[in-house]
Amino acid sequence: MKSAVVIFPGSSGENDVFHILNNVLDERVDLVWHKTTNLDDYDLVILPGGSSYGDYIRPGAIARYSPIMKAVEAFAKEGKYILGIGNGWQMLLEMNLLPGAVLKNANLKFICSDTFLKLENNKTLFTNGFKVDEIIRMPIASGFGNYFCDEPTLQELLTNQQIVLRYCTDDGRLTPEANYNGATANIAGIINKEGNILGMMPHPERCSEDILGGTDGLRIFTSIINKLKGVNI
Amino acid sequence: MFIGNIYITLKEGVLDPAGKAANNKLRDLGFTNINNIKMGKFIEVELEAESKEEAIRQLEAISEQLLANLVIENYRVEVVEGDK
Repeated sequence: MKSAVVIFPGSSGENDVFHILNNVLDERVDLVWHKTTNLDDYDLVILPGGSSYGDYIRPGAIARYSPIMKAVEAFAKEGKYILGIGNGWQMLLEMNLLPGAVLKNANLKFICSDTFLKLENNKTLFTNGFKVDEIIRMPIASGFGNYFCDEPTLQELLTNQQIVLRYCTDDGRLTPEANYNGATANIAGIINKEGNILGMMPHPERCSEDILGGTDGLRIFTSIINKLKGVNI
Repeated sequence: MFIGNIYITLKEGVLDPAGKAANNKLRDLGFTNINNIKMGKFIEVELEAESKEEAIRQLEAISEQLLANLVIENYRVEVVEGDK
């Protein structure tokens, strides 16, 4: 298995993701410039967090037309796996690879904070190492983390179990207070209907080592690796 | 050459926290007759086109492809000057 972590002008999360895959998990991974047009060597593409193109127009709106995105679209169509983190999720929304959009946080502030999350779907490649309804902890860092979708889209997400992560209290209640950025239905992460593309606002790469105060993020990466390598857990 | 204006606003029902914050502050400042503020974007575009109609079509195309996100935003275009 081999992963590509894409660097866009203004990305900032790529080295953390690379570090976790390369140094912590000893997996094959390349940092790939956004002008690359071929992703044939890879099984997993990660679009990292940051502020690509300064978040101008809208977060992800310019990056979605980077040269590499044609290859990312083809990669998605082939059913290969894509993980978008923070700004990476915003790009996937702009590309319509996932439904909905992001808005400014409801309190207008950039929120950098640990969040509690309810793991709502563990039947995905990205979350098979978790228990369903497990409460986990990961940090968010975004000004545009406020996920929005209209009512019919929300119903579809619910019906197809596409909501993977929701902001909650430490005991798992989906309250408005726990909904840090004002997201529709406390949504912190969704997967596409086909199950090969996950977008999430929290940063798993920032909580993948004990020294950073938590390792729930590492389980996202080990879920992917174990499944792609056919390891039973 | 034509000059076009593009107005981008949030769709009805989409939370507008910036508009709300401005509205609340204006009421604090004594403008108690202000009931609602919607924040949007105004974009001015200089473009070459064969006709005014073609300029409008171009403005619509760039709005849809890049400048507006139709999941959350509406856009309106107009050509204000530059008829050949």
